[in-house]
Parts: sequence; structure tokens; C-alpha cells
Amino acid sequence: MALPSYASPLERVWHYAYLAGCAAIFFFLIAPIVVIIPLSFNAEPYFTFTDRMLEFDPEGYSTRWYSSLLTFGMQDPEATGWAFWSDAWANANWVKAAKNSIIIGVCSTIVATGLGTLAALGLSRPEMPYRRAIMAILISPMIVPLIITATGMFFFYSNPCELLTLVGLDPQCGRLAGSYLGVILAHATLGIPFVIITVTATLVGFDQSLNRAAASLGANPRTTFFKVTMPLILPGVVSGALFAFVTSFDEVVAVLFIAGPDQQTIPRQMWNGIREQISPAILAVATLLVIFSIALLTTVELLRRRSERIRGVTPR
Amino acid sequence: MANAALDPHAAIATTASGVGSGLLTTEDGKPLARALVRSQRRARKRAFLLVLPLLVFILVTFVVPIGQMLTRSFHNDGFSANMPQVSAWFAETERGTPPDEAAWTALATDLVASADARSIGVVGTRINYDMPGTRSLFTSTGRQVRGGMEPPYQANLLEINEDWGDPRLWSVMREASTPLTANFYLASMDRTRDETGAIQQVEEQQRIYATLFWRTFWLSAVITALTFILGFPIAHLLATLPMRRSNLLMILVLLPFWTSLLVRTTSWMVLLQQQGVVNDILVWLGVIGGSQRLQMIYNQTGTIIAMTHILLPFMILPLYSVMRTINPTYVRAARSLGATSWTAFRRVYFPQTLPGLGAGAMLVFILAVGYYITPALVGGSSGMLISNMIAQHMTGTLNWSMAAALAALLLGAVLVLYWVYDRLVGVDNLKLG
Repeated sequence: MALPSYASPLERVWHYAYLAGCAAIFFFLIAPIVVIIPLSFNAEPYFTFTDRMLEFDPEGYSTRWYSSLLTFGMQDPEATGWAFWSDAWANANWVKAAKNSIIIGVCSTIVATGLGTLAALGLSRPEMPYRRAIMAILISPMIVPLIITATGMFFFYSNPCELLTLVGLDPQCGRLAGSYLGVILAHATLGIPFVIITVTATLVGFDQSLNRAAASLGANPRTTFFKVTMPLILPGVVSGALFAFVTSFDEVVAVLFIAGPDQQTIPRQMWNGIREQISPAILAVATLLVIFSIALLTTVELLRRRSERIRGVTPR
Repeated sequence: MANAALDPHAAIATTASGVGSGLLTTEDGKPLARALVRSQRRARKRAFLLVLPLLVFILVTFVVPIGQMLTRSFHNDGFSANMPQVSAWFAETERGTPPDEAAWTALATDLVASADARSIGVVGTRINYDMPGTRSLFTSTGRQVRGGMEPPYQANLLEINEDWGDPRLWSVMREASTPLTANFYLASMDRTRDETGAIQQVEEQQRIYATLFWRTFWLSAVITALTFILGFPIAHLLATLPMRRSNLLMILVLLPFWTSLLVRTTSWMVLLQQQGVVNDILVWLGVIGGSQRLQMIYNQTGTIIAMTHILLPFMILPLYSVMRTINPTYVRAARSLGATSWTAFRRVYFPQTLPGLGAGAMLVFILAVGYYITPALVGGSSGMLISNMIAQHMTGTLNWSMAAALAALLLGAVLVLYWVYDRLVGVDNLKLG
């Protein structure tokens, strides 16, 4: 990208204008995410920089919105010591939402990663029939608009046995809507395309002769899988799992349609907060989520490098 | 087998099997060709069995529920199931037949039965979809006739409410007397049926769906174009910088990609509102006066800005992965042959980026067409998309058949785009991060 020494003055101007333009676009990408971090320490309930903040007056800054995350919904915010923490753990809305998000995220990630990895192994075999069509079906939860998916799930989870009545059965089964199982299955469905995509991408570079070598040395298919295949594709599986987890952790639409009041997740709580009583507490949550996404991004990047190193792909 | 000795492979196979017959056989004496077919079939089956659990899972939790939901767009038995006698009369008579005494008797019997079974609300709601304002006609009549009704039915019903004589109402009831109907699709294209059953456009101020579809596609196209304009230079810069520095800048693209959608939408709400940071800066710079703060949110501007920001990484990443593979010597060769840098870009570099551009544009457009959260939060009423209308029918007006019809049209559009995407790019070439 360096400017050649023979560049004409016009080309120089153009080159620097181009770099300035790129800098502006990077600013557009990052600034909205960064700007909320200082605003979350605003002492006033405003969404803008107060004069005191701009003067760097310590009075203008406060962590009150962070502590309000703990106390919001508590029975006795005045309690001290152990009672305070147990109350926050049991009752505070944001804490409950975080617990739910983690439970639902982890369970749906396990389902999505397990099924998705198996399917990716099958899909990457050369003899797989109808590969393209099946792949298109399995990726479709990512492509179909979320509102359509959520609407379909809304009816299905309200009465999951309705389908069986079509074939003449009249089974009794409960609602999945408003249950943890329902939300977990829905989120697993939405996370599966990401697992498929990342794991098949890892398997493209996988050398099948390693499996044959293991077999020729007397390993049975299971040993081959756990001792040879799995360690090599593990980085892909883990990053697929992370994608699935983030999908679940960030998902609102399906939760709005099928979750009950007990399955309040962080995004749903944020959604309610934005629509009803908007307060800078939302920005405190947002800041925590940004820190969380930085941690995830770092993990994925490290995994990618490790994967390339194991497979002997030198980073370009 | 004269030339078997000349074919080294055959020689090996025959020696291995130890049989000197004409066919090539495996060690245990089976014909080789058949054994090969069988082992291939077994391998195919094994591969398919690995995929099967997930395929079943997706079919049960995703494909079938959506199909089931879509059947509501053309199947609604709210009227026909609860008003059997008048439905039967409609089935026996021609379209356009004025209601005779038999029809009034059937209607009165059904109304009484439905009022007693407390299903009159469902019936009224179904008719209300096609003829707004009629739900109360059914419910109020139902309250008065509960427990029975005396003949003459026509005169008595007309006495309760003379709207029962409206030929348009009878035409709408005829439409609703079969559970299968195309009316919800007509309505989603701003069409309706008049009393003779002919299709016509609804009045001008009620034509909302066509506007909404048009707006959805238009805004998605604008957003796709904006992501291209902003994403192309970035992808180019990342692809041409040395790896170490481009990796560092890549983080600036990936961080928004990994940040929660709600966080990014919230940030834009904070930035763009009238007392927000952007307006503050503009006032401070003196671009606008303190009293003329710009309305940049709760309208189309808000939707466009926030969605462009959210979808930009989906344009940059495919463009980047294609640009990395473009050999820089082609551009240098063009320059050395006398092309200006603009010509070299236009004739040599840009055509090679088209696969990435196609992939990115399709992806952004598909995602934008179905967007719900961001327009719902920052779009106001003029930045609303078709998804928001579907949600409105699902949770607000509870007209589920209408929601299903709109969803079917949207899904159809997305599936066509997806099919094109698969043709152009191939879904298995989709890359993340």
C-alpha cells in the first residue's frame, strides 16, 4: 500500500485522501461502541456528555448505574453484607437475566455443537449424497428472517403435538413455550448454521490420509476420531461453539415470542429497558457486553492462529 | 482371458483372489464391481447417518413449524367451523345469490348456536379481517340472541341491526365460508373483493402493504449500496496492507461484528437523539443552531444509519477474502502498459473483486430485508420494515393469518435471493470472521 516514489502529486493527494477516508470509516465503525463506555459513568441520568464530564470533574462521574444493575428488582437494597449479595443473586432483575442467558446459552451451545459437528463430519465426506441441498437446509435458519422463524416457533412451541394430530394421533403434551427447554431448542436451531460453517471450513483443510494412516496402523474408527480427527478440528469446533453461544446470548426475537417471564434474558431485559424506562443503566450493561465481546474476539483470534499453526498453514 | 496377463491390475486381482475365472473378484470370491458398489453405498449411508440427527432436528424445530405457520395464510376456519349451516347454504348457492329465507334461518340458527358456545367473537374477528368494523355487529347481535330466537328471522335480525342486510357483508361471509381462502394474500397486496366478489384495489389511504414492501426493498438496497461504498475502501486497505498491520486494523472490523446487536442499536440511539452527542457536536461546531437540532432517529435516517453500521462487516469480510487472492502484479502490468491508475482499477482490479462484491451485497441485502430489532427501536413509523408489520399482526392486532401471508411473501423473496446467492457463491463458501 506504500506510495511508489514515482507517484505524481495528484496521486499523492488521492492516496492521502483515501487513507483519510478509510480512517473516517474506521471511526464510524468503532466510535459508536466506544462512546457509550464513558457515558455509562455519567453521574446524571442523561445520555450525553455533561459539562462536568467534559471538564473531567470527578463529580461528573459515578458508578451508580453499575450498582443499580445489582439493586434493580431487589427486595431490600438497604441490606448489608451477605444478605445484600444473596438478595441480589436471588432477586435482582439483571442478575437473574444474566443467569438465564448463561444457562440457555450454554445448553443451546452444547446441543448445537454436538449435532452440528456430527453433521459437518458427514457433510465433508466426499461420498455424501445431496450435499448441496442438505447444506442449504441446514444453513437456512441463518438466512430466513428472524421474525418468520420466531412466528413459526411461536405456534409450534405453544402446541408441539399439533403436528401429530394430522396423522390421526391425539397425544397429550405440554407447551414448550414459556419453558427453558423451548428457548434452548430455539436457540440451538439458530446457532447450528454457525457451527456447520466453521467446522466444515476447518474440515476442508483436513488431510483425510491421516485417518487412513491411523486405520492402517490398527486404530478402530472411534480411536481414529478421538485421537486424530478431533484434536485437529477442535479449534474449529470451539470457535463454532463460541459463535453459537454468542448467537444465543444476543438473541431477542425468538425469546420475545416464545419465552415466559421466567426466561428473561439479558437482551430481552435490555429490549424492555430501551422501550420503557430508558436509563443509563442500559449503557452500563452495554459496556459490560462490549468488554465481553472483546474477550470473545480475542479467544476466537487465538483459536484461529492455533488452528493454522497445528494444520501447518503459515499465517500470511 | 488372453490379455489378462497383459493387464497388471487384473493380474494382481486374480492372484490376490487366487481364482482363475474370468471375473475380477475380491479375496472372498465376490465379484469386485459389486463389492465396490456395496462399499460405496455403505460409505454414503454412513455419511448420511452422521447428518441425519441434525437434519431431523432442523426439520422438526424449524422447517415444519414455518410450514405449519404459513398454512394459516390460506387456511382459516374461524367462520366456517362455527357457522356450519350458513356455510352449507353458501356452498349450495351460486355466488351473487341474494339471501333467501333459508339463508336467514341458517344464519340465525348459527348465530344462536355460536353465541351459546361463546365462539361468536372468533366468527366476528374472522369477518372483521375482510370488512373492518364488523366484529361488534357479531358480538352485539350474539348478546341479544343468546338462548334462542323467534322467526321471522330476516325481519328480526334486521331489527337488531340493519347492517345484516348489507350485500357486501354477505359477500364477505361467502368468502369466509370455506376454510381455504386467498383473501389474506389479496389484502397483503392491498387488494380486496367487492360485493360481487371482483378483485379491486383498496382505497388510497389504506394502501399500506405495497408501500411497506416497496420501502423494505428500497431501504435494503440503499443500505447495501452504502455498505458497499464504505466497505470497499476498507476491504481494499486491509487486503493490501502488510499482514501484521492489517490484522490489527481487522480488529476494528471484527469488534463491531462481535458486539451485541442491542448494544450497537442502543449506541446509535444515544448518539443520534436530539439531545445526543452528534447533535451536541454539530451545535458546538456551529453547523446548526441550538434550536434546530436534527431529527436523526425514529425515522428512516435512523434505520439507514444504524443498519448500515450493523451490516457493514458482512460486506467487508467477503470482499476482503476475495481481494486477498488478487495478484497485485496484474495492476502493475496494466500500469506499465500505460494505463492510468483509474483505468487500471476500473479495467483490471475491480472486475476481479466482483465475486466478493456479489457475495457481500447478497448477504447484506438478504439480512436487511428481514431485519426487525433495529427498525423497531430506531425506525419510528417511517423507518418501519415489513418484519415490524408481521410482528404487529402477531402481537398487536392478533390477525395471525395476515401475519402468515406477509411472512410467506417475505420468505418467498428471501428464498429467491438465497437461491441466487447459492448459485453465485455457494452456501458452503460462506465464511465468518
